[in-house]
Amino acid sequence: MSENGHDHPHPGTGRTATPSTLRVRAMEKLLVEKGVLTEAEIQDRISYMDSRSPANGAKLVAKAWTDEAFKNRLLEDTKSATFELGMDASGPVEFIVVENTPEVHNLIVCTLCSCYPRAILGRPPDWYKSFEYRSRAVKEPRAVMREFGYEPPENVEVRVHDSTADIRYMVLPMRPEGTRGMGEEGLAELVSRDSLVGVSVPEAPSHFNA
Amino acid sequence: MGREVSFSDGETVRVLDLDKSGHVRAPRYVRGKTGTVSHLLGKFKNPEDLAYGKYDGPEKELYRVAFRQSDLWQGYEGNLDDTLVIDIYEHWLEGA
Repeated sequence: MSENGHDHPHPGTGRTATPSTLRVRAMEKLLVEKGVLTEAEIQDRISYMDSRSPANGAKLVAKAWTDEAFKNRLLEDTKSATFELGMDASGPVEFIVVENTPEVHNLIVCTLCSCYPRAILGRPPDWYKSFEYRSRAVKEPRAVMREFGYEPPENVEVRVHDSTADIRYMVLPMRPEGTRGMGEEGLAELVSRDSLVGVSVPEAPSHFNA
Repeated sequence: MGREVSFSDGETVRVLDLDKSGHVRAPRYVRGKTGTVSHLLGKFKNPEDLAYGKYDGPEKELYRVAFRQSDLWQGYEGNLDDTLVIDIYEHWLEGA
């Protein structure tokens, strides 16, 4: 996070503005000048995004691992389940959580742009928005996961979800072996952003720190 | 497009190859391909209208459609059971 609290440097911070930051800044300025948006609305939106992070997803997953009834609610009505944990995922888009099982491994991509469960997880990582990930995740998901260090067993079905429309997807990974007795907080620490997209899976702490 | 279409869970559908450019949500790699409806998502405003400032257009049924990866990509490497699921609006689908 930069010192001004969001992702782009401001003039006078001594950083070089890229062409895209300059373009965004010019558009921002125009939208404000034309009265389409106010500076306050832009700041609100930035704060909204900054208040969301993969830690929300990790909390949901850890709760689902330890509470079967919550897991079912998370799978059936994701939005309500997030409210139960004090998160606010309200908004026009719907959410679907897809569950990894011994038979199926899920992977999320948006080939057309960068649709991502932002209201829960915040901004997507840069690689998620890259042309390379978007084009390869649908066509050669196993090779992509291998590059992230995860290889699903050959007999497991890899199911890719291309979120092209009004639904945002998040993966519920499987609870790793060797985590019996761990509490929700400890479990949540095992859940990375990558595992919520499906390019990797959580591992038990001994491997985690290896 | 005034065509009434509705599909149910498990129905076989084909994605139309509409000659439509601009802001469309049916990527080329599924056009002309046959898959199975796996989930009915409900009605949504059509992004192809919204993107051009048309907010009063009709809502469209949105479906999750599952494809076998080996039906989408020649020489797909992986399990024959590997699948891809994608959200497609009704006007891009026909019964197959």
